[in-house]
Amino acid sequence: MAEELPGTNLAADAAARDAFPAAGQPLLRIEAVAKTFGTFRAVDGVSLDIKAGEFFALLGPSGCGKTTLLRMLAGFEAPDGGRILLGGKDIAQALPHERPINMMFQNYALFPHLSVRDNIAFGLKRAGMARADIATRVAEMVALVKLEGLEKRKPDQLSGGQRQRVALARALARRPQLLLLDEPLAALDKKLRESTQGELMELQRRLGMTFIIVTHDQEEAMTMASRIGVMKAGKLAQVASPRELYEAPRSRWIAEFVGDINLFDGESKLRDGHRLVIGTRDAGALVVAEPREPVGTGRFTVAIRPEKVKLSRRGPVSEAGRETAINTLDGVIADICYLGGTTTYKVKLDTGGMLQASVANSARIDVDAYSLNQNVVAWFTPDDCVVLPS
Amino acid sequence: MSSRRIFARPARFAAIAPYVWMALFFLVPFAFVLKISLSQTAIAQPPYEPVFDLTAGWEALKAAFAALSVDNFRLLGSDDIYVFAYVRSLTVAVTATALLLLIGYPIAYGMARLPKRWQAIAMVLVIVPFWTSFLIRIYAWINILQHDGLLNQILLALHLVSQPVVWLSTDTAMYIGIVYSYLPFMILPLYATLAKMEPVLEEAASDLGAPPWQVFWLVTFPLSLPGVGAGVLLCFIPIVGEFVIPDLLAGSNSLMIGQTLWLEFFTNKDWPVASAAAIVLLVVLLLPLLLYERLQKRQLEQGR
Repeated sequence: MAEELPGTNLAADAAARDAFPAAGQPLLRIEAVAKTFGTFRAVDGVSLDIKAGEFFALLGPSGCGKTTLLRMLAGFEAPDGGRILLGGKDIAQALPHERPINMMFQNYALFPHLSVRDNIAFGLKRAGMARADIATRVAEMVALVKLEGLEKRKPDQLSGGQRQRVALARALARRPQLLLLDEPLAALDKKLRESTQGELMELQRRLGMTFIIVTHDQEEAMTMASRIGVMKAGKLAQVASPRELYEAPRSRWIAEFVGDINLFDGESKLRDGHRLVIGTRDAGALVVAEPREPVGTGRFTVAIRPEKVKLSRRGPVSEAGRETAINTLDGVIADICYLGGTTTYKVKLDTGGMLQASVANSARIDVDAYSLNQNVVAWFTPDDCVVLPS
Repeated sequence: MSSRRIFARPARFAAIAPYVWMALFFLVPFAFVLKISLSQTAIAQPPYEPVFDLTAGWEALKAAFAALSVDNFRLLGSDDIYVFAYVRSLTVAVTATALLLLIGYPIAYGMARLPKRWQAIAMVLVIVPFWTSFLIRIYAWINILQHDGLLNQILLALHLVSQPVVWLSTDTAMYIGIVYSYLPFMILPLYATLAKMEPVLEEAASDLGAPPWQVFWLVTFPLSLPGVGAGVLLCFIPIVGEFVIPDLLAGSNSLMIGQTLWLEFFTNKDWPVASAAAIVLLVVLLLPLLLYERLQKRQLEQGR
C-alpha cells in the first residue's frame, strides 16, 4: 500500500520497527485503571485490550471519563490504580515525553510562534534526529497531509481544516506506536468532517498504525472505528463492533445513546420455542425472538429501531408460517419528518404508545407517501426486536 | 446619515484625545525644558537667560534666539560626573531589571497556574503593598536594614553572622529597595500573558518528547515574550530615572542620574544643565522603546 504513496515509506518503516507488535497482536492492555478527582470517580476500573493496527473509538457523553482515560494513556494524568501496558511494559507512571505515544489534541494545540514546518519538526528535533532526516521526514508528512506550499505559514494564517492537518502531521511525524485523537474533527464543519473521516481511515489503514479516537459523536465513531468502547460514568458499558453495538446493544441506555430507537416496557407472558411474548402497556403483546443468552421471566424492554418498522395501508401479506409471528400494530400518522433520504413517521398506536418508523425514499415521486392522520398498519418481525433488561 | 454624524463627533474626539493629551502634557513642557537646556544659568528670576519676552518686539526675540547655545550638552559630555551618572543609572537599571525578571517570572508563572479562584487572591496580594505610601515602605526598609534592624537581628539569632552586617547605604540595600518596589510592575504583565496561554500547548510539547526544561524554553518562554517585553520596559525606564530609592538606601559616593538632576536643580540652582541632563536621559530612554518596537514589527513581518 505504501508504494502508492508518493514520497513516503511510513508503512515500510513501521513494519521494520521491532517495537511494533504485528497487526492483530495485543499492543495496549489497560487493566483496572481508575482515576478520582476529589470525590469524583472520573474513570472507574476500566479494563481494555487494544490490538496493533486497530482503529478504536471511545464513545460517550461529556463527563463520562473518556477524555480522562485518553489523558492517562498520553501521560497527562497518572492513574490512581491499575496498570497500562504498552507492548508488555507498564507505562502508567511514565511521563508524557517518555512514551512512544502521540496525541492529536482537540483544538490542535499548534504552537502559535512556530511555522507549519517547525510545528511538524518539533517532535523530531526532541528525538535528536539528524537535520537532513528531519527535513526529509517533514517533507514526507507535508505531502501526506497535502499541505505543500504552506510550510512557512504560522498557525493563525491557516484555515481550520489546514490546522487540523498540521496537527495530524505533527502527531504522526514521530511514527508513534499509538496515536491518540481527542475529538479530532469536532471543530470542522459537517462537509469537511465527513471527507476528513474518510481520509483518517485511509491513512490509518495505509500506515498500519493503531489509532484510539475519543468522540461524543456516535456517527463518527461508527463510521471510522472497527471497534467501539461506550463509556458511561467512568465505566465501559459495552465494547463491540459498530454493527453489534447498533443491532445488539447490551442495555437500554446504550440502545438510546447509539441511534434512534423505540422502547416498550413490559413483562414476559409466554414462551413458545424461540419466541417470547412480552405484554407491553403501550404496544400490546409483542412477539420477540429470544436473545442469545436466554432470559428468565420478569420485566423487559422491547427495543426496535425505526428503520426496522414497516408501514402499510393494510396488514402485511401473509406468508405461510410467518403470519402469526409478525407484530402488527394499528395506528394513525401523527407526525411526518422529511429528511431527504428517509422520512420519519410518528405513528400514534391504537394501543396508546408512539412508534417511530423510518422509511427510505426510494422513489423521487412517491404517490404512496403517507399523510397526516392517515390510518396505517405498522409491522416488524420478532427478529428485529431486541430484548433488554429493564 | 444624521445618526452617523451623532456618533462621528464623539468618536473623532476620542481618537484625537490622546494626541491632545500628549501635546498639552508632554510636548509643551518638553519645549520649555528644551529651551531652558539651551540657555545659560544666571542669578536672576528665572535663573537663566535669555528669556523670551514676546512683548519686547521682534528684534529682542531674534537676539534671544541667537543667545541660545548647546554649551550645556557639551558640558555633559566633557564632565565625568554626568557620564558616570548615566552609566551608573543604566547599570543599576539593567541589573535590577534582570533581578526583577528572575524573581518575577516564577511568581507570575505560579500565579497563572493556580486554580482560577486563587488567582484573584494572589493578584490582590501582589497589588496590596500599593495601598501604603511608597515613601513609608522605603522608610520601613531603612528600619529593617539598619545596624540593629530586623534583618541583622534575624541573621544574628540564626548565627549566620557573628556581627551586624552593614546593609544601609550600600548598593545591596538599593537593589533590595528597587526590586521590592518594582516587582508588581514585572509580575502583572507577565501574569497577564501567562494566564492567557493555553496549558495544552505545554502538554503538546511534552507529548512530542520535550522534557520539562525544554517545554519551558521552547514553548512557555517564547510565548510569554510580549509580557516579558512589557514588564522589562515598565521597570527599566522608571528605574533609570529613579531618585528616591537610591537617595534613601544607597551610599552617596556614586550617584544615579536622577540624583544628579536633583543636585543641579536644587543645590546648584543650575536649571539649564539640569534640563540638558533631562533631555539626554529622555533620548537614552527612547532607544530601548524604539528597539522593542522594531523587534515587534520584525516578529509580525516574519509571520507573513
